[in-house]
Amino acid sequence: MLDSGKIREDFPILSKKVYGKPLVWLDNAATSQKPRSVIQSLVDYYEGYNANVHRGVHALSIESTDAFELARQKVADFIHADAAESIVWTRNTTEAINLVANTWARDNIGAGDEILLTPMEHHSNLVPWQKVAQENGARLKFIPMHEDGTLDLENIDAIFGPRTKLLAIVHVSNSMGTINPVKELAARAHAVGAMVLVDGAQSVPHMPVDVNDLDCDFLAFSGHKMLGPTGIGVLYAKRDVLEEMDPFLRGGEMVLEVWYDRATWNALPMRFEAGTPNIADAIGLGAAVDYLQALGMENVRQHEVELTGYGLKRFEELDEVVVYGPQNPDVRGGAILFNAADIHPHDLGTIMDRQGIAIRTGHHCTMPLMRTLGVAATARASFYVYNTTQEVDTLVDGLKEALEYFAHEVRGA
Amino acid sequence: MRFEELDDLYHATILEHRRHPRNSDRLEDPDITADGVNPFCGDEIHIQIALDSEGRVSRVGLQGVGCAINQATGSMLSDAIQGKTLDEVAALSRSFNDLMTGGPHSDGLGELTTLESVRQFPIRIKCALLAWSALDEGIEDYAPARSR
Ligand SMILES: Cc1ncc(COP(=O)(O)O)c(C=O)c1O
Repeated sequence: MLDSGKIREDFPILSKKVYGKPLVWLDNAATSQKPRSVIQSLVDYYEGYNANVHRGVHALSIESTDAFELARQKVADFIHADAAESIVWTRNTTEAINLVANTWARDNIGAGDEILLTPMEHHSNLVPWQKVAQENGARLKFIPMHEDGTLDLENIDAIFGPRTKLLAIVHVSNSMGTINPVKELAARAHAVGAMVLVDGAQSVPHMPVDVNDLDCDFLAFSGHKMLGPTGIGVLYAKRDVLEEMDPFLRGGEMVLEVWYDRATWNALPMRFEAGTPNIADAIGLGAAVDYLQALGMENVRQHEVELTGYGLKRFEELDEVVVYGPQNPDVRGGAILFNAADIHPHDLGTIMDRQGIAIRTGHHCTMPLMRTLGVAATARASFYVYNTTQEVDTLVDGLKEALEYFAHEVRGA
Repeated sequence: MRFEELDDLYHATILEHRRHPRNSDRLEDPDITADGVNPFCGDEIHIQIALDSEGRVSRVGLQGVGCAINQATGSMLSDAIQGKTLDEVAALSRSFNDLMTGGPHSDGLGELTTLESVRQFPIRIKCALLAWSALDEGIEDYAPARSR
């Protein structure tokens, strides 16, 4: 297990108090906190070598371009991509998915074709495909799901067919924590000639991810969920796929030669990065990757398995609490989704907040999934490298207090 | 008691309305319908209003899905607008908005005044306003058909 006590010292925000109580940050699936090294990398850039990239012959531009491209290489190595050219900077996961929807999908998905999804997709990996389906006359199809939030693959052979053009699937569900068998499903997709896009927003930050092992064509993820800054995300795409794709946004940086009436495109990956990129935050993400690599992603994963297992066990003490998603921590990510008796998640969230505990409440950007689960909203606690079993205890004790509080108040009314 | 400051938010009146929401049966023949959704949290409110021959609110149906504040506000609203003309309802809504935003407000709010405590929890003000903004829109949509 990781030495969270020591890790915590690297995160300035974790010594903060809210309402006079120590901050217990359990909203990591929404965004993670940042270590000092990441924050410092931003300061170093702005104080030491701020300059536009790929444009100047002067010293600072050379320095910033080197740092920017080094960060790209770090990210490529982190997900075991063969080449840095496969890494396209975006703002976040959402933009990465929209890039594919507006380029590859727009040009390759036709009338009557099928886009295969799961019922647990984040709005970011659903709404862009609705647009493609509407505009190109394609159809969205959903792999069925068991009650425990795992995919029902019994009739999987009937689900993939000659019309399947794309499998767009969340690797780890941000709501229920389900880890989907992406590698197996990718093989099936490829067998029928379909492409595979993986939403790695909740997997890349939390476990070893190897794009060659998964054999996905696209992988999207966000820097801010993996100790990095906001405003920087990644689209990984296989090189030969990127080569064939039309540009997304057009303008400076993405062109090779321009005439008044036409232009040719720059090399990969710049072809997909129009305009001045988010230089500082890309460098910051590189620093975040360094931090995670030093911890070791196997260790990060193991730490979360232990915290989640411990959390699920302690939740059993709470009779009034319903937990959603797979019960076995080995097949789920570090998130616990739950509802407490008839206390609405928002009321619960406010009561926990006053104890310094930050949990997420609502639909977690998975409204259709909430409907499938038959609830309007839920509460979620999600873990990361700096969380401790003591914090899980604080969470469970806090929930007990909240249940007690509401039971008591209603009696008193 | 560990949650003293919370007692202001979850006081007896609010919790009682949450437990026993008023006028929760859906009206089948409403003159006005109003629906509100908070896209950030998924809270919902559905209001039906029947008017009498003088244009006063004669019956109200209100169904909500959401937190205690949302539920209680809706329940109180469904009582408060009974017997009022639509202009009076709109005035009441403005007054409630003023209460929530800390502005000067009229005295006619009755039980709704107890929701003033929500102001200490700014993030929850939108929970109290959802039903009212839905109602405002419902009335606005109905207004063009109204003969003045
Ligand atoms: C599974 C999943 N997909 C996509 C997203 C969207 O990420 P972002 O808001 O950084 O684009 C998130 C995060 O909220 C997520 O958890």
